[in-house]
Formats: sequence, structure tokens, C-alpha cells
Amino acid sequence: MIKETSYELAKEIPSGSKIAIFKDSSVPMTLGLNMIKSGITDLEIVTVPTGGLLVDLLIGSGCVTSVETSGVSLGEAGPAPRFTEAIKNGSITIKDSTCPAIYAGLQASEKGNPFMPLRGLLGSDILTHRNDIKEIDNPFSPKEKIVCLPAIKPDFAIFHAPLADRDGNIYVGIRQELRLLAHASANTLVTVEKVTNLNLLSDPKLAPGTIPAFYVGGVAVARGGAKPLNLPHHYDSDFQQITRYAKLAKSEEGFSEWITQNSIENNNANQK
Amino acid sequence: MRFNSQEFLIHAIAKLIQPSNTIAVGVLSPIPGSAALLSQQLSKQRKKKVFILGSNNPKFKTSHGVEIFDLAGQGRIDTFFLSGGQIDGFANVNLTGIGPYPKQHTRWSGAFGSAYLYFLIPQVILFREKHNREVLVESVDFISAPGSSSENTYRTGGPSHLVTNLCVFDFNREEKQFFLRSIHPKHSLEEVLDNTGFNFSYSPNPAITTNPSEAVLNTLRTEVSEEISEIYPEFAKNTWP
Repeated sequence: MIKETSYELAKEIPSGSKIAIFKDSSVPMTLGLNMIKSGITDLEIVTVPTGGLLVDLLIGSGCVTSVETSGVSLGEAGPAPRFTEAIKNGSITIKDSTCPAIYAGLQASEKGNPFMPLRGLLGSDILTHRNDIKEIDNPFSPKEKIVCLPAIKPDFAIFHAPLADRDGNIYVGIRQELRLLAHASANTLVTVEKVTNLNLLSDPKLAPGTIPAFYVGGVAVARGGAKPLNLPHHYDSDFQQITRYAKLAKSEEGFSEWITQNSIENNNANQK
Repeated sequence: MRFNSQEFLIHAIAKLIQPSNTIAVGVLSPIPGSAALLSQQLSKQRKKKVFILGSNNPKFKTSHGVEIFDLAGQGRIDTFFLSGGQIDGFANVNLTGIGPYPKQHTRWSGAFGSAYLYFLIPQVILFREKHNREVLVESVDFISAPGSSSENTYRTGGPSHLVTNLCVFDFNREEKQFFLRSIHPKHSLEEVLDNTGFNFSYSPNPAITTNPSEAVLNTLRTEVSEEISEIYPEFAKNTWP
């Protein structure tokens, strides 16, 4: 269950996998850089419900074939340059969505349902370009249309969390969305700041914020594994580093420069 | 009392949302966020609730990301704000991009929650500081969220106003058209007409948007600036140096 390194964990993910990544406060940056190092390709990314730095890095490194998202940006640091470029040159397939539609697709999968109905979307061009979303008559109010979203079933959910125990239970605290990711995905791989010898589920304070090991296929320790993004109560985002990326990644050369400087080989903290 | 343009816009928006009891603010919205907080400060006796996405303050946070959509779906949020790379005369919003889809030559982040929340929150205020013909267009290139819907669509929400650095528009949902509500001081009807790419109705002598009072400015510079600085430190520093 507990891997020696996050590189070993990254090697568990085959090329072509569908991967769910939550928007913030748990983004597995170290694992992502290890995936890039492993040479993974053809990933189908589902951003829950939006994406940022990691998604942009994976796209820029040529690891991605499609993105299902309600938005990719670097937040206050501006647009996500590699995402934007990939759309312009058509090197990735984009499945535009809206936030609650991504959640609803995952909720369908969590329940083993084929689809989930949702308000909204009707009359939007998002719907026009998403042949996999169906419009039906509300069976309980036939004069009314409603859309049905197909279940989103990722092969892997990946995230970074504060704490795991030896059995592979994962403490996520208030980030209950990660529970949805784990429930909806066939497998969940997690990097953590620390592994404890306690059993998280037997601690009444930690148990409510813990995802049971049943859903978890592998864990590795990666100190600072969400940096330069934040892990609440542990470290804040490094805004300077993110704006630096936003500037450099506008060109392919600048992107390569950033990747070289931040690759696993050049980062002793993550090397084991 | 002198004031800056941010303070003016915050006050203009706060006036529009005064009747609301529950206000939600999305990401990257410092001015609407400040307006929601001002409105809350100005009606303390009513216990107005404000949700701000991205806040870590327990006062403004939802317990998880899905909750804001669930609340909207149930009709438990009165007011929300949207912006757009393009907004047209039918209040259609484009947050996606320009050019033939999907290989758009101008690509923005994406629709975020707009294609849902626009349908379900009764008062959605469109806010875009930049008022020109590139932004306010006759018809958007891509409808991320439509301003109106056909009769067979469940729709309890939609556009109520559009606020820019020149003026405030009301949106008339029956006529599917904007009406010029007021022009900000030092700007003219001619300037609004010149810089707007869509047709809108107006009276020959439009009202002037009111300036914030001294009491409002004091509240803005104390309680509001303190609360908003947790979420938008850069904005707070620039607005209230």
C-alpha cells in the first residue's frame, strides 16, 4: 500500500488513463511531475470542476489527449497558457462543461447510475457541442426539458492529502469533495505529507474526515507535495512562483525552462 | 468626501442587491464581493448571508464546493454575479472564447458555474468594468450561458442588471433587452451609445448614478476593506492604500 517514492506511485498509472483532479487545496504537484518524468501519454483529464497549474503542466508536457472541464486558469495569476495554446492548435480535445455538471457526472458514477439529470445548460453552446449530454422530457413534468449527464468514471483519482495511516486510510479533513472523487473513480492514488502509525478510523476526531483504504490503491509520502500550490493548515500558495510560471509558459521555450528547473531530478526535496 | 472608482462601483452594485437576503460571490470578483459585504454591513438587522467562493473565513465559506450549486438548485440563493469576455444585448454571456469552436483563436478559461447558476439564481448581476464594443457586442460568439430560455426550460433565475465603468443597465426579461438605468457622473449618453455594440432602450434624459455617502465610504474603508482583504489582498491594497 505505502510506496517508497511518488515516482513508484506515478508508474501505477498507465498511459491512456482517465484521471480526475480536484481544483485546489489538494493538487498532487509532486506526483504530477513524476508522471511527466515517467513519460506518460494520452491522459484524459477530468478537472473537478476546474483546473489550474497541474493540468497546464501535463498539457504542456504532451501527456494529455483530452480535457473535460468547466474552466482551466491560473486564478489570479491569469490564463493557463499551455491549455489555451493546446485549444488553439487543436492538440487536445476539449469537453467544455459547467461546474455542477462535473459533480453530477461523478455523483452518477458514485451511485453506479448511468446518468444524472441536471437543471441549466439548455440553450447554451456547451450543450450544442456535447453530443454525450442528452436532453429529455422531465418524466414527472413532461412540458419541461431537462439534461442528462453521463456518469463520469475516472480510472484514477489523484490528490495530495495531509495524512495517511499504514493501512492506507487517508485524512482529507474538510475537503469532502475528495471523497466523491475516490468513490467515483476505479482507483485512487494519494501522496501525503506524513504517514501515521495510528489508525485514522479509530480516532473519533479524525475518522469523519477520513477516506477508508478500501478506495485507495496506493500511497506515497511527498513532503510539500502540493507546492507551489497550497495545502490548507500546512503551507500557502507561492504566488510569485505561479506568476513566474504564468509568464514563462506563454512560450514553449519558457515552459521547457520552467519544467527543467522544477523537474524531479533538480528538486532534492522530492528525490529519494 | 472624495472616493475612487472602485468605491463608486461597489456602492452602485450594493444598491442593486439591497433587497437580497442571500448573496453568493464567485471567484475573481473583488468588486461584487465588496458590494455584497457592504450590503451586509448596511443591513445588519436583517442578518443577510454572504457566501464568497475562495474565502477561508468560516463566516463566508460553504462547507464544500458542491454546496453552492445545491443551494442555488433549491432556490436558496437570491443574488449572484457573472462577468463575460463578451456580453450581448440579449444578456447572453460568453466566457469560453471567440472563433470557430473548438479551435478558437481566442480562448478564455471556460463557463465555470454560469451555465447552471444563470438559470437558477433570481438576481444575476452582470459586471464588467471595461465598457466597449469588443466586450458589449450585438451577439456573442459562443453562448456559455443564455440570457433567456424557451418556455419548456425550468428557469427561476437570470439577468437583472449590467454594471460597467460607464453606466448601469436594467435587463427587461419580457422584452429581452437592456434599458439604461443610470449613467455614472462625468459620462454621457453619447459615450455610452458610442461604446455599446448592442441596441438598448433609454430615456432622453437618463438618471445619474448616485455617489456613495460619507457614511457608506466610512463603512467601506473600515469593515468592508478588512473583510475583503482576506480574500483579495492585492485588490484591498490598491483600493485602500
